[in-house]
Amino acid sequence: MAGERRKGVRLSKLYSFKCFKPSSGEDHSHIGSRGYSRVVFCNDPDTPEALELNYKGNYVSTTKYTAANFIPKSLFEQFRRVANIYFLVVAFVSFSPLAPYTAPSVLAPLLFVIGATMVKEGVEDWRRRKQDIEANNRKVQVFGKNGTFGETKWKNLRVGDIVKVHKDDYFPADLLLLSSSYEDGICYVETMNLDGETNLKLKHALEITSDEESIKNFRGVIKCEDPNEHLYSFVGTLQFQGKQYPLSPQQMLLRDSKLKNTDYIHGVVVFTGHDTKVMQNATDPPSKRSKIEKKMDKIIYILFSILIVISFTGSVFFGIITRRDLSDDGKLTRWYLRPDETTVFYEPQRAVLAAFFHFLTALMLYGYLIPISLYVSIEVVKVLQSIFINQDQEMYHEETDRPARARTSNLNEELGQVDTILSDKTGTLTCNSMEFVKCSIAGTAYGRGMTEVEMALRKQKGMMRPQEEADNDDSLSIKEIKASSTKSVKGFNFWDERIVDGEWINQPNAELIQKFFRVLAICHTAVPDVNSDTREITYEAESPDEAAFVIASRELGFEFFERSQTNISLHEIDHMTGEKVDRVYELLHVLEFSSSRKRMSVIVRNPENQLLLLSKGADSVMFERLAKHGRQNERETKEHIKRYAEAGLRTLVITYREVDEDEYRIWEEEFLKAKTLVSEDRDALIDAAADNIEKDLILLGSTAVEDKLQKGVPDCIDKLSQAGVKIWVLTGDKTETAINIGYACSLLREGMKKILITLDSPDVEALEKQGDKDAVAKASFQSIKKQLREGMSQTFAATGNSANENPETFGLVIDGKSLTFALDKKLEKEFLELAIRCNSVICCRSSPKQKALVTRLVKSGTGRTTLAIGDGANDVGMLQEADIGVGISGAEGMQAVMASDFAIAQFRFLERLLLVHGHWCYRRIAIMICYFFYKNLTFGFTLFWYEAYASFSGKPAYNDWYMSCYNVFFTSLPVIALGVFDQDVSARLCLKYPILYQEGVQNILFSWERILGWMLNGIISSMIIFFLTIKTMAAQAFQKDGQVVDYSVLGVTMYSSVVWTVNCQMAISINYFTWIQHCFIWGSIGFWYLFLVVYGSLPPTFSTTAFQVLVETSGPSPFCWLTLVLVMVSALLPYFSYRAFQIKFRPMYHDIIVEQRRTERPETATRTTSAVSGELPVQVEFTLHHLKANLSRRDSWN
Amino acid sequence: MSSNTASSSAATAGSGDSSAARKNSKRPKYSKFTQQELPACKPILTPGWVISTFLIVSVIFIPLGVISLFASQDVVEIVDRYDNDCIPAPARTNKVAYIQGGGDKACNRTLRVTKRMKQPIYVYYQLENFYQNHRRYVKSRSDSQLRSPKYENQISACKPEDDVGGQPIVPCGLVAWSLFNDTYTLSRNNTRLAVNKKGIAWKSDKEHKFGNRVFPKNFQKGNLTGGASLDPDIPLSEQEDLIVWMRTAALPTFRKLYGKIETDLEMGDTIHVTLQNNYNTYSFSGKKKLVLSTTSWLGGKNDFLGIAYLTVGGICFFLALAFTIMYLVKPRRLGDPSYLSWNRNPGGR
Repeated sequence: MAGERRKGVRLSKLYSFKCFKPSSGEDHSHIGSRGYSRVVFCNDPDTPEALELNYKGNYVSTTKYTAANFIPKSLFEQFRRVANIYFLVVAFVSFSPLAPYTAPSVLAPLLFVIGATMVKEGVEDWRRRKQDIEANNRKVQVFGKNGTFGETKWKNLRVGDIVKVHKDDYFPADLLLLSSSYEDGICYVETMNLDGETNLKLKHALEITSDEESIKNFRGVIKCEDPNEHLYSFVGTLQFQGKQYPLSPQQMLLRDSKLKNTDYIHGVVVFTGHDTKVMQNATDPPSKRSKIEKKMDKIIYILFSILIVISFTGSVFFGIITRRDLSDDGKLTRWYLRPDETTVFYEPQRAVLAAFFHFLTALMLYGYLIPISLYVSIEVVKVLQSIFINQDQEMYHEETDRPARARTSNLNEELGQVDTILSDKTGTLTCNSMEFVKCSIAGTAYGRGMTEVEMALRKQKGMMRPQEEADNDDSLSIKEIKASSTKSVKGFNFWDERIVDGEWINQPNAELIQKFFRVLAICHTAVPDVNSDTREITYEAESPDEAAFVIASRELGFEFFERSQTNISLHEIDHMTGEKVDRVYELLHVLEFSSSRKRMSVIVRNPENQLLLLSKGADSVMFERLAKHGRQNERETKEHIKRYAEAGLRTLVITYREVDEDEYRIWEEEFLKAKTLVSEDRDALIDAAADNIEKDLILLGSTAVEDKLQKGVPDCIDKLSQAGVKIWVLTGDKTETAINIGYACSLLREGMKKILITLDSPDVEALEKQGDKDAVAKASFQSIKKQLREGMSQTFAATGNSANENPETFGLVIDGKSLTFALDKKLEKEFLELAIRCNSVICCRSSPKQKALVTRLVKSGTGRTTLAIGDGANDVGMLQEADIGVGISGAEGMQAVMASDFAIAQFRFLERLLLVHGHWCYRRIAIMICYFFYKNLTFGFTLFWYEAYASFSGKPAYNDWYMSCYNVFFTSLPVIALGVFDQDVSARLCLKYPILYQEGVQNILFSWERILGWMLNGIISSMIIFFLTIKTMAAQAFQKDGQVVDYSVLGVTMYSSVVWTVNCQMAISINYFTWIQHCFIWGSIGFWYLFLVVYGSLPPTFSTTAFQVLVETSGPSPFCWLTLVLVMVSALLPYFSYRAFQIKFRPMYHDIIVEQRRTERPETATRTTSAVSGELPVQVEFTLHHLKANLSRRDSWN
Repeated sequence: MSSNTASSSAATAGSGDSSAARKNSKRPKYSKFTQQELPACKPILTPGWVISTFLIVSVIFIPLGVISLFASQDVVEIVDRYDNDCIPAPARTNKVAYIQGGGDKACNRTLRVTKRMKQPIYVYYQLENFYQNHRRYVKSRSDSQLRSPKYENQISACKPEDDVGGQPIVPCGLVAWSLFNDTYTLSRNNTRLAVNKKGIAWKSDKEHKFGNRVFPKNFQKGNLTGGASLDPDIPLSEQEDLIVWMRTAALPTFRKLYGKIETDLEMGDTIHVTLQNNYNTYSFSGKKKLVLSTTSWLGGKNDFLGIAYLTVGGICFFLALAFTIMYLVKPRRLGDPSYLSWNRNPGGR
């Protein structure tokens, strides 16, 4: 606890010190301590004490920049990149005589690149600003001094103001609910903007404030926690009329949530502006960088080293040559350079210094090796790629009206490299819309439906033995009945003739059945919503399980129809008379559900004035709380629960207990005391208090709800595993449930060897009974270690004898307790090694923290790319930990989505996201980067070779402006087109041949060989271009009129060759030509000539060596064009031949697949005698072949 | 892209409220572009394509090579290196001293015409190991000064040949200063061969880069004399030798036009050249050559282009052949699925 306290001591120290003063001397010990220092003077913001606190107003600004700091701040952001700093330094140095070319030609591209990025930032920020202005100027009614409500703008609100918010308006700040249009002070709130949950939440005011008249003279002091980002917690007290009242999240109305179904509310402003919970939450998602980008940085460093090496080489030569310009006896050698009267940059006497300065010059000159536009281009490309992901119709979910969202564009290409998927189960693989299918009451199982899992299991077994299961016909008849019976109800899939239609009253244990359903109808936090026209009742529940329970009890005759602050009302069938009666239960306390408690209870007083504790919870916590006399049906119920779990159902144990008045009174006092506390350990104290009454329960039975598998999940998992992606399921479910779900979604397959790691062994359990914790831990550790070793030896044995092409596959199942030990530092390596050797891994009973830990282990242990997918708040850790987090925007709110990098509506869209978009994006970015380096090396090295012929003096081979336009105008658009549009194979084929995905997983397209290969290609091209050009364009005339080649003609010809070569290289290395590619590639070349004409027609003082060069000199010369064709074809030849050889001998996956698409001719089967006749098209036969291979593999395992 | 709960909520507050949410459904609009289904040509390297590409290249390149070679064969070129021979034998131990010394440096050379040369015959001088592309050298000029008398004083780039005693040099800079000053007088059978020195510069240079009202001033008046002097009465735009020289060469070996002979030379003609060997290439051991050459439609004599074309064409033909044989000997079925097997490690590009 001390440790927890210490947490508060941070920045808030100063802050709290300041506001501690006015409240010093108060007797309330917890309030005013660090982290709990806020004081709100309700309805009295002008009181001197309140002014002294000086809380900030309600003005919000979410912009990254302000008008004043935009330029410096965004520039700073830009220059955090090494490459940009380099270019900035170059730009500064370019004003000195060191520069090999003119300063504007250096500055222009840099300004262009920086400017483009800044404009993008600016536009984004401007949009945010407009939203801020809109929000700040919204109107709200505030209680003025004159005793009436007057209108004011949101930004003018102050802490302590009393505001009135009307129906369907947003709350302007975090408010404390005082009263509402309802008498009992309740209101309904929609929190969609906070957590994405669309269901209505019930809030209620304190009873003492809910009287509307009291508002006028309301004077109270609220003391509460400091601003924090926890949406679901609030700790505070209200001091009103000399008494302390505890405040809870139930009274808090958060900014940006909306008032629903309530005409108006009154509230006190507690947190304003940036102190509100929603603003405290508004942090950017953790920025992740893709592996490719990290590798790219390394390549940039390689390029920098190349740059330094060649600059250094050049300088050494330059130094030597310069030294020789003045012979030892003072004679000038190259007299035309006047070495006798020179500047320091060329001085022969100080050749070393001159060489040093030359080194700087060379660094600038060969700067073209570093692609200045690479980062910008990649950013543009990624944004466009994200748009494609967002626009994909195949990933749009009709029912929820949700398209896929790439929330960050940084990771597109990472999607193509996923090696391991870590998936949540509930809501991710399943729909998370619960259906009440079975229940077990007093030891009797009810409900005759068949679950999907059961059917899947049966189907799998059916493959081996004919269907002859005993109760098979039973389920068939049910289906018939169901088809004929009434309309289906969402959330309710229960049928049992003994129970439905009021038949339960004739059951022998009708009283227990009644109690059972009463618990379901009362013990929850759902809110009924009565449709005024049809009188139909729908429910707003916090979790789908709860909704299923309320619906089930409604369908079975316990209709919950009204909830007030203190009462719950039901329409009930009396089991004695069979008549419908209304019963009102006085709701005394709700002991809420939490993941640590794993149960919830309510305490009610029934119309007979009995005190009842109704409780439901997980079997693991409930059975130990049963009373001795409440265990009558324990054995049967446990048996049923096990069976339900095997059928993939979620179970809860239902219990109740009668509480006598005295016990209740004592307990209530203790409980209320815990509740009124305002301190960090309040929650723990409340839990402990609740614990005290939730005991000696009487078992009623258990429920089983089915969480249906989402559409297409088995197919998707199958495709992904065909693509070589390993899938781990991390679930909170019981082992049996998890295994069966695993089978249902084809994660585990028949014939797979199952390795089960568990601690449910007799010796460990025996030790546990003794209660020696150390011994248990030690034994568990040893046991896990042993099991891991055994698993390893199994897999080794399998790989040992697997020369025969079909290695055995393994599935690893591990439960939460074992996982704790397996994740221990000493064992994690072995665990990981075993897990890697298995095709699927299922971790059951894992906590959110374990999920994150497993993710981290896989990520750092294997170094491979991990993708985590989940839908709930409990997956947030996992999503943030993984390389890529994918959120399912499903029923459990938006928290996972908020923490994710990509959001999709259904699990099955993952297939398309990875296999199509991931593959494409990976491919595009990889090729794009390689190409970028290629084109810059090609260009940069021609400069270097030229230096060798210009005595390394630093004179570039080309005109300054040709060079500065190279990256930005003549070569960038085709690369961007490549990065955005290129496809090796169509989406259909990507999905059809999942193996293609391995190109990304094995990182074939961005392996060092390939990168260096491209670089080498660039250097070879530059050599061919340079040496062929200077050899052909030697000293002789190049025109009929006897003119000879000079600097400008050679430069233009060589530069044209470079432009043609790199653009044609693009044309032969991409696989996908739409009009866009044609436009950009040929357009770039065309633009170069257009540029030459325009630039060449400018006055010679500006165009210098480019003056009329195309029109007058090189254009009319056939010799120049012949040279160009020769050089270009020669420069492309090595790559083209390499590709031809590669396709012939070592084709890549996509080559083969593209060919398969192309070859339409029928092909005769030669492989097997039993092969289907030869008329089948290749694809079909290929698939058949694969299927057969799979089958034979399967057979050999069984 | 950044998640900003507050602001995004503010945005939805306006639009999302209208309960016509169904109407503006978030379904992405269909277009071939957004769904990435644009009609496209997807070339693949089938054996047929590979072989025919190589064949096409060779079929185009080999004739082009032959044509270029023929064009080059048509050109008659006489090259005479004279830098060594034009130094009297006694002075050859210290050529630099000789060339820097005073006196008449006339030198007679005899050239034989081996093949009929049709006019116009171009006279070039060729220098080797002369770095006209040195950065210091190239930058040492003032384009605006050459263009107009107004900018006479723009000489900052011209150091150290910028001014003489405070008076600007026109044309300034190292390039102009080092102007080539060997002269050639040609005669055939004792009749003088006229060498036309007009029309050897680019038209654009004469008209746009060198002004017709700019006259040489203070040229070669400095403490160190470089190359040729200029007639101060002739405007720069008419000083074609200077214009040619100032169009700097790209490589250390270069030719520059000296003039044109506008009569045909017959086979067996003997040409006597009387040259003034003034230009100092000896201190950096540069060669000097006199070149007489005709031109074809492709320019001067250059076998390299033709040979290069033939070579590349030949290589392509060979590759085409090699691939044909490979495909015949060891065919790989198109789209052979065995290449799609697992754990294969396809490498390279």
